[in-house]
Amino acid sequence: MSENRASENPDREHAVAFTLNGEAVRARVPARMHLGDLLRGAFGLTGVHLGCEHGVCGACTILVDGRAVRACLMLGVQADGTRVETVEGLTESGRIRDLQDAFHTRNALQCGYCTPGMLVTAAELLAEGEEAGDVPSRDVIRAAISGNYCRCTGYHAIVDAVAVTAQARHAARREVAE
Amino acid sequence: MKAPDFAYARPASLDAALALLAAHGEDAVPLAGGQSLVTALNMRLSAPALLVDLNAIPGLAGVTEAEGIVRIGALTRHRDVGTAETVRARLPLLAAAMPHIAHPAIRNRGTIGGSVALADPATEWPACCLAGGATIVLRGPGTERRVAAEDFFLGLYTTALEPGEIVTTVEFPVPESDSVWAFEELSRRHGDYALAGLAATARRNGAGLRDVRLAFFGVADRPVLARGAASALEAGDVAGAQAALADELDPPDDPATRAATRLQLARVILGRAASRMLGRQGGSQDV
Repeated sequence: MSENRASENPDREHAVAFTLNGEAVRARVPARMHLGDLLRGAFGLTGVHLGCEHGVCGACTILVDGRAVRACLMLGVQADGTRVETVEGLTESGRIRDLQDAFHTRNALQCGYCTPGMLVTAAELLAEGEEAGDVPSRDVIRAAISGNYCRCTGYHAIVDAVAVTAQARHAARREVAE
Repeated sequence: MKAPDFAYARPASLDAALALLAAHGEDAVPLAGGQSLVTALNMRLSAPALLVDLNAIPGLAGVTEAEGIVRIGALTRHRDVGTAETVRARLPLLAAAMPHIAHPAIRNRGTIGGSVALADPATEWPACCLAGGATIVLRGPGTERRVAAEDFFLGLYTTALEPGEIVTTVEFPVPESDSVWAFEELSRRHGDYALAGLAATARRNGAGLRDVRLAFFGVADRPVLARGAASALEAGDVAGAQAALADELDPPDDPATRAATRLQLARVILGRAASRMLGRQGGSQDV
C-alpha cells in the first residue's frame, strides 16, 4: 500500500492513510491543508474548532498518537500513519464522560468554543496523572491549560471541573486498589 | 489564515532529504516540529515552494550518552528532551527549562533542532546551548560540521547554518560533579515569550563559583553570554555582576516593554540565579 501513502517525492497533493477515532481512513490532501481543515472538511469532525489558526488559542487541540497537538500546526499530509483522536472520538469512547459531566455541573463552559480543546488538553493531563498515580494541583492544571484561551469563564470553573475529575478518578483508583 | 500553495515531500533518509534541499535551493525549507514554521505559513509570512519533512527520517530523534557527551537528536520533541532520564540526571538545566517552552501541545510537537535552527532570540534552548557549552552538529550534502554554540547564533533568526544544511544533533558535555546551574525566566503569562530569561552554569569553588556561564535570552537579537557579569560573579561580586549587564546587554525597546525594564528584569533574575547557585547545588524555578 506504499503507493497510496504520502510520497517521498515532492507533490502538491498526497494520499494519506491513518487511524481516525479508531477507524482506518484514507484521503487525498493538498499539501497546504492543515490537519484541522482536513478533519473538518473531509471527515465532518467539526468539534475541531478553529480559532486563530496559528497555534495560540488551543481550540483545535486533538490527540495524535496519544499526545495533545494543535491541529492547525500539523499538515494534513502529516497525519499519514498516525492515530488521530478528536473530541468526537473521545466522547464516543466514554473516556471523558466524567470530565464532560464535571464541565456541565461546574459551569465550565458558556459559549463552548474553547471546550473541545479544553477537554482534549485536560484528557491528556488526567491520563498523565493516572500513569504517575497522583492528582494534579490547581497550579499544574492552570499551567496545562495555559495554551487554551477561554474568553467566557475566567478559567476558575474549568480548573474546578478538571480538579474534581482528577480527585474522583484518584479516589476510584484507591477504592479499586483496596 | 490558510497557508499558500506549496509542494511537500517526506523523504525516508537523511541523504534523500539533503538531496531534495540541495536540488531546490532557497525554494525549499526543512520541516521539523512545525510549531513556528506552520504558523508562519498560515499567516503567509513565509512562502516556500517545497517543504521537506524531516519527521520520517530514522535516527534523528532520541537522547543518548557516551564518553561524557549527551547527544540529543534534532527531531527530539521539547517534552521528550525534558523528560528523558539521561537529561534529568545529567542536564537538569534542560529539564528545568522545558516546562517554560510555550504550552503542552506545542512541546509535544516542537523539536530542539527546529528551535536551535530557527534561533528565535526569546527562546529557551539556544540559551541552554550557550550555558551548557553545546556543540551543534550540521549535515549538508556530503558534509558534516560541528559548530560551538557560541559561534552558531549570529543574530535575529540568523545562525551559522549554510543553505542546504540542517541541524542533526545537539551535543552537551556532561557537567562535572561539582557543577551547579540555574534557570530563570520572567514572562507576562505562562508560556509567553520571555521578557527576560537566563540559563546559567558554574562550578563550585569553595564557597564561591568558577567557570560561570550566564546565557541571557529575550534581551537582545540573539542569546547572549554575559562574560563581564560572569567574571564579577566568579570574584564573588553579585552587585557588580548585575551592574555589568548594562554594558553587555542591549535589550530591544518595544511599545509593551521598555529596554530599561528588560535590563532591570535581567538584573533581578541574575540575582536569583546567583543566590541559587551559591546556596545549593542546582537551582529550581517555579513553573
